[in-house]
Amino acid sequence: MTPTVAVLDYGFGNVRSAMRAAEHVGTQAILSSDFDTCLNADGLIIPGVGAFAACMKGIDKVRGGSLVDARLIANRPILGICVGMQIMFAQGIEHGIRTNGLAQWPGVVDRLVASIVPHMGWNSVTPPAESTLFAGVESEWFYFVHSYAAQEWLMSDTDGYQRPPSVTWSEYGTPFIAAVENGPLSAVQFHPEKSGDAGLALINNWARTLV
Amino acid sequence: MTLTARVIACLDVDAGRVVKGVNFVDVVDAGDPIELASGYGAAGIDELLFLDITASSSDRETTLELVRRSADQVFIPVTVGGGIRSIEDIDALLRAGADKVSINTAAIARPELLREAANRFGSQCIVLSLDARRESDQPSGFGVTTHGGRKSAGLDAVQWAKAAQGYGVGEILLNSMDADGTKSGFDLELIQAVRVAVDVPLIASGGAGVASDFPAAIRAGAQAVLAASIFHFGEVSVSEVKDALKHDSIPVRLPTKLVS
Repeated sequence: MTPTVAVLDYGFGNVRSAMRAAEHVGTQAILSSDFDTCLNADGLIIPGVGAFAACMKGIDKVRGGSLVDARLIANRPILGICVGMQIMFAQGIEHGIRTNGLAQWPGVVDRLVASIVPHMGWNSVTPPAESTLFAGVESEWFYFVHSYAAQEWLMSDTDGYQRPPSVTWSEYGTPFIAAVENGPLSAVQFHPEKSGDAGLALINNWARTLV
Repeated sequence: MTLTARVIACLDVDAGRVVKGVNFVDVVDAGDPIELASGYGAAGIDELLFLDITASSSDRETTLELVRRSADQVFIPVTVGGGIRSIEDIDALLRAGADKVSINTAAIARPELLREAANRFGSQCIVLSLDARRESDQPSGFGVTTHGGRKSAGLDAVQWAKAAQGYGVGEILLNSMDADGTKSGFDLELIQAVRVAVDVPLIASGGAGVASDFPAAIRAGAQAVLAASIFHFGEVSVSEVKDALKHDSIPVRLPTKLVS
């Protein structure tokens, strides 16, 4: 059966491209802000661009925090993209102001330290061998456009997980987290829906995990 | 892991067709935009820029439809510029599937538009398009022009770039009106002058003639290089440009052809 993928419509992110990319890899994509629709879809994509604080406001309006919790308890896959990844961390700092995120992972999303910001363009990544998302595209490039990132992974491998989270790093000025695969919760800092064939292959890898 | 230099193809669009003016005077039809966009995607282009060169209100919907069709078929970043005057224009383009918008004349008329746009949509999707030419009466020696280089805006180009960064733009598309259409190489002095004044990414535009012109623009301080007609007419290929960059030890993306 064709898996269904809901793309969370909360006012942020290039939802059209996320929808088309999900369809391209053979899923049935639905754009929705409805809690139950997003809860019951086989997969949920949470896009996001712009400011962390603004995105969190949008997420709160659609009860995104409860939605994420409910899906994870039911072991239903989520893919966060760009700011849709950043909000999974505990906090974001913009212009000195801290905003609480969904706190699925500890840590802070802070401004990149580099001579030229935003980090805009195609960069490579170093996925661990066990990565599902990057299978077959380990050596490819992905399209990034962001000024903020999580630059530390603070969760211990022995934090009681059956399978430790898989963390993929990239580097721009300093190392930062490019992707996390943590049970049903996956997230990428780059835009797979804008990363050509490599990005589509990654979305396909994720879609194959949907039941 | 290194950020690669981006190679961007610019498609000048008029009423749904791609055209490119030599020095913005004569226009020659160079094909269907979606066909070109898909072809460029397959050829390994890193980004596309659609420049709506007429942008009369009646063509607005044509452009939006073109952006939608492009975003549905080409999974690489797309920037749209030309005739963007308001937050509503930007919103419509981003909803249609554009990743970034480039703003030119409207920002000169009302710089606050840049701040409002960056606050609303994020700096990452707001690009300042700056048409510069040599003007001896400006402190930097470069002035800002409007109307495709025909009129002076009476602003210093380097100061304007700096101001725009302050308003929150995330990138600057730097068009040299002196070099545009000459095919004699990018305007390295202009790139260097703006580079030292801002710390957002710069796209060098105008003057590309041969593949070896491109590394020089990156060395001068650009993060991305843009060309139009030389790509459209097959005078230089995207892979030749990437080879030239790589040959000069500049990191580039050389995607493997993947089955998806």
